[in-house]
Amino acid sequence: MKKWIPLLIVGIVLIWGYSTFKGFNNTAINFQEDAKTSWSNVESSYQRRADLIPNLVNTVKGYAAHEKETLEAVIKARSEATSTKIDASNLTPETMGQFQKAQQGLTGALGKLMVIAEKYPELKANTNFLELQSQLEGTENRIKVERDRFNASINSYNKHIKIFPNSLFANMFGFEEMSRYKSAEGSEKAVEVKF
Amino acid sequence: MKPTNFHIFTLFVLLFVGMSFYGTAQQSIPEKPKVQTSVYDDAKLLNAQQKKQLEQKLIRYSDSTSTQLVVLTLTTIGSNDIAMFATEIAHKWGIGLKGKDNGVLVLVAKNQRKVTIATGYGIEHKLTDALSRRIIENIIKPEFKTGDFYAGLDKGTSVIIDILSGTYKASPKNTATENNSSAKSNALLVVVVIVIILFFVSRNRGGGGGRGNRNVSSDILTAILFSSMGRSSGGFGSSSGGFGGSSGGFGGGFGGGGFGGGGASGSW
Repeated sequence: MKKWIPLLIVGIVLIWGYSTFKGFNNTAINFQEDAKTSWSNVESSYQRRADLIPNLVNTVKGYAAHEKETLEAVIKARSEATSTKIDASNLTPETMGQFQKAQQGLTGALGKLMVIAEKYPELKANTNFLELQSQLEGTENRIKVERDRFNASINSYNKHIKIFPNSLFANMFGFEEMSRYKSAEGSEKAVEVKF
Repeated sequence: MKPTNFHIFTLFVLLFVGMSFYGTAQQSIPEKPKVQTSVYDDAKLLNAQQKKQLEQKLIRYSDSTSTQLVVLTLTTIGSNDIAMFATEIAHKWGIGLKGKDNGVLVLVAKNQRKVTIATGYGIEHKLTDALSRRIIENIIKPEFKTGDFYAGLDKGTSVIIDILSGTYKASPKNTATENNSSAKSNALLVVVVIVIILFFVSRNRGGGGGRGNRNVSSDILTAILFSSMGRSSGGFGSSSGGFGGSSGGFGGGFGGGGFGGGGASGSW
């Protein structure tokens, strides 16, 4: 009878260990997948902005063709921004920094374009331009929303893997901290859109 | 005079006072209300009659299409950006149905003199940012400027309804609206047929039992027909003007629709 007791204890510990780890692991994976999904939402809202640009550039060109430099800067920044993509499973601070920098460049170029647009009353009165402006504004809002939600989902994941004793499991099974989307300097200033 | 404890203490007091002011300046997002209806006039911009009318209109619309259109007026939104604030409220409350994401929130901030339309994910392809902007600029703002908030909100929401049902063909890109509107009129036809059948059934029954009976049963019928508007507080007796039990808000409440920042805003 006595020799059964240690075995029983070992068995209980094993079952307990298994279920604890299973709980930890599955929750971590859920959070991780949520974070990846919200990252793709971030990317798609940036993509939405990039999609607006050709139309916007053409409209502006019709009224302000000689502002070549600014227009070209926007096109260049757009192609950089659209070529910088991150695979959701590879969200490191470095790749995210690159992505952010490229988008930042586009934000800046667009800002300049909007400033020069102010100088052309006919352009400003153009309905197509006005619609594009409000779409751009809405898109900036969407970007902000998706970024916030991405950070919130990263937050739940990081909290989950960092609290004790989960931190031990996380180390053992290679769950790493994910990085948030940090707002770069000057990025809180969205594209200037005036009406 | 040496820097005493007193100085440090004052510094801390000032810091705390400052922080508490900062705290009040950040307006927090209102909690999801217990009774989920279509009009929340916290800033008291509408009188009781106007509020009721607007509420009825939007609830009727929601009953026939499941799209939840909500009007919220607040005295202040603090230093928040109104578009983001509205998106967060709408997302938190879950206006619209889950999966369909067919909610719209019109938020008015009285002190900031700002108005915004926030569109759910499932709405934004029809009620685009550009159209939302036009509604605000051309319909809502002129009325708000004269101080007629009811007219602004009433006309604004009517135009939103028109756009969503596809009658307002502003954007030539929208080819999907036609299919949808025919589907909607089909649904309407079905509802009309059911109402007619129910009507005749109730007449027949009434005929069997004499005149008095008929009235009672058709009353119950009306109550049943319209009770979906106020299932939560419905019942036959609670008629508060309008139809029986119509004060209960959306049947089933907000459904958990998602919002992602679509829409537009303006100030009057």
